[in-house]
Amino acid sequence: MRLWSFHGGIEVPGHKEISTTRPVEPAPLPKRLILPLSQHLGAPAEPLVAEGEEVLKGQMIASPAGFVSAPLHASSSGKVVAIGEHPVPHPSGLSAPCITIETDGEERWVEREQRDFRQLEPAEIRETVRQAGIVGLGGAGFPAFIKLNPGRTIKTLILNGAECEPYITSDDMLMRERPEQILRGLLIIRRAVQARRCIIAVEDNKPEAERSLRQALGSMKEDADDIEIVTIPARYPAGGEKQLIRVVTGQEVPSGGLPVQVGVVCHNVSTAVAVYRAVELGEPLISRYVTITGGAVAEPRNLEVLIGTPVEELLQLCGTDPGAVQEVIMGGPMMGISLASLGVPLVKTGNCLLAVGRGEIEHPEVMPCIRCGNCAEACPMSLLPQQMYWHARAKDFDRLREYDLFDCIECGCCAYVCPSNIPLVHYYRFAKSEIRARQEQKRKADIARERHELREQRLAREKAERAARHARKRPGPSDESKKAAIQAALERARAGKQGAAQDDV
Amino acid sequence: MLSAALALTFLALVFGLLLGYSSIRFRVEGDPVADQIDAILPQTQCGQCGYPGCRPYAEAIASGEADINQCPPGGEQVIQALADLLGREPKPLDPDRGAEKPPMVAFIDESDCIGCTLCIKACPVDAILGAPKQMHTVIADECTGCELCVEPCPVDVISMVPVEEDISHWKWPLPKVANGDAP
Ligand code: SF4
Ligand code: SF4
Ligand code: SF4
Ligand code: SF4
Repeated sequence: MRLWSFHGGIEVPGHKEISTTRPVEPAPLPKRLILPLSQHLGAPAEPLVAEGEEVLKGQMIASPAGFVSAPLHASSSGKVVAIGEHPVPHPSGLSAPCITIETDGEERWVEREQRDFRQLEPAEIRETVRQAGIVGLGGAGFPAFIKLNPGRTIKTLILNGAECEPYITSDDMLMRERPEQILRGLLIIRRAVQARRCIIAVEDNKPEAERSLRQALGSMKEDADDIEIVTIPARYPAGGEKQLIRVVTGQEVPSGGLPVQVGVVCHNVSTAVAVYRAVELGEPLISRYVTITGGAVAEPRNLEVLIGTPVEELLQLCGTDPGAVQEVIMGGPMMGISLASLGVPLVKTGNCLLAVGRGEIEHPEVMPCIRCGNCAEACPMSLLPQQMYWHARAKDFDRLREYDLFDCIECGCCAYVCPSNIPLVHYYRFAKSEIRARQEQKRKADIARERHELREQRLAREKAERAARHARKRPGPSDESKKAAIQAALERARAGKQGAAQDDV
Repeated sequence: MLSAALALTFLALVFGLLLGYSSIRFRVEGDPVADQIDAILPQTQCGQCGYPGCRPYAEAIASGEADINQCPPGGEQVIQALADLLGREPKPLDPDRGAEKPPMVAFIDESDCIGCTLCIKACPVDAILGAPKQMHTVIADECTGCELCVEPCPVDVISMVPVEEDISHWKWPLPKVANGDAP
């Protein structure tokens, strides 16, 4: 099969071997599970349970609030002990609403309905995926059912097994150990989006994963003529959605556009497994493969982890030396977020915990930009990182949008190649959040303007009505006679008072 | 009969005039410069600029009567945007008008509210809910933080509290770089 290449990108040391030597095992059941209501893009879920309530494993404990949202399920059975703010994995280090469950160790499941996907209509598949709380497990956590409803003809369905970011091996291990489930998930997604051909893309640094996928495909009974497994050259960020589409199909997704516009839908291999488990086993998304690795980890490996397990416990399980840790990153070294506290839970999108040892990742001194242009050469989105950096520094947000700031995927290639070590991505994140905040401010100001105008109109109308009522009244006592009446009353009162005062004397 | 007809004519006239007046007073389109200025102003409607709201201030700037540095809630950002729009030099906020503050919303201590409705009358954006002799509440999402309701309250139970920072409103800070990576 012909492959294309994308602009820019970088070659980075993989550090992947260290975490692939041990088979994946389930992590022991934690005492407490902390489940943030927002583990996806879109509106946070709304709790369906109350404190003190007993819940079963797999029971829905929060429902989606709106279309772009996802429900949440208890990862194990036990009792809800708290609903409230708890630190979550987020660059701000802030807390957010979470449901905390004290597990009872019994792992009592809700009723699970096993079904054959071939009996289901695409709409039923989507609804099942939605109810299972499945979000994109390789990226930002976009609710997966939305991408199962492309609304137009899909030529190519791509399963993303590239896993291009250093250190992370959770998809690799999943492809090695559960290729049948991945393929099963692929068939289900194929049915939901009615794709004509399917491609599973694996970077060429994962030969074991490729081999086991090929084996599973060879022994599959279903019709699989349209499924192809391709190895693509390892180059960061080949696993970026737009980059992968370019490599595999040669097509460019337009700026600000979506893959469906070029007839492509992309899902991650772990998402495919979650889809399979939801549709055929009736299990919602309550666990995932997680890589626990880094220089401070004695036994780097992958574990199957219940969503909501505290990060601290996972690090301990793999022999992490707290004294040797420089920082802990959820995700990889290029795009992950540094954790402010280790009490945060593992969330649906958490594919990796990277406990960086001291000196393992350097933060060299930042120097002035020398306008070398390396950043533009490395940018896989063909942006102009240097110009965007200047405008972000100058807070010139209008200009930044002209440079397609919002096409930036925050891959970090530009900062990686910058000889002056400028934290370029940080500047783009700053600018993006500032622009979003200003849009929100504008929206609120527009509402306030409208409410103020309505109020002014209402006041004027009321005034007019009062005036009209006044005019309609029978010509009552004139102003003069009114004044006289008031005067008379006042005098009466005064006279009375005086009289009373005299009586007192 | 005649008097009734006359009264009706009179009423029609009064309403017509008032409607005409309000359509001028509250016109939606109109002076395009004032519109553009009004689009920049923060719509807090607090009156600190010396005008009874953002729109009148916008008109005063457009007519050259007012300067561009009189809106404390808008602060530097609004002054900069006005300067860009009007092709003028930005200048610091007029300190006589007040200082730029972090965003606030009004909070009514409901246990002590006597239901006098005075704050409702003061609120320029109808963000306070309540009826006579009932306890009153601020709809925090619609409150612009203008502080106009604080003064009128006879039992002093309205206070301004900072808008809480939560994850959905959190912003990435500008990177702090040791040597400033200056050009
Ligand atoms: S790579 Fe760094 S130094 Fe070179 S142009 Fe880009 S920002 Fe400037
Ligand atoms: S972080 Fe953004 S600007 Fe930098 S290389 Fe990646 S896409 Fe380009
Ligand atoms: S000071 Fe600013 S926010 Fe307040 S009324 Fe004047 S223009 Fe509007
Ligand atoms: S509630 Fe008070 S502070 Fe808020 S907008 Fe109304 S009057 Fe202003």
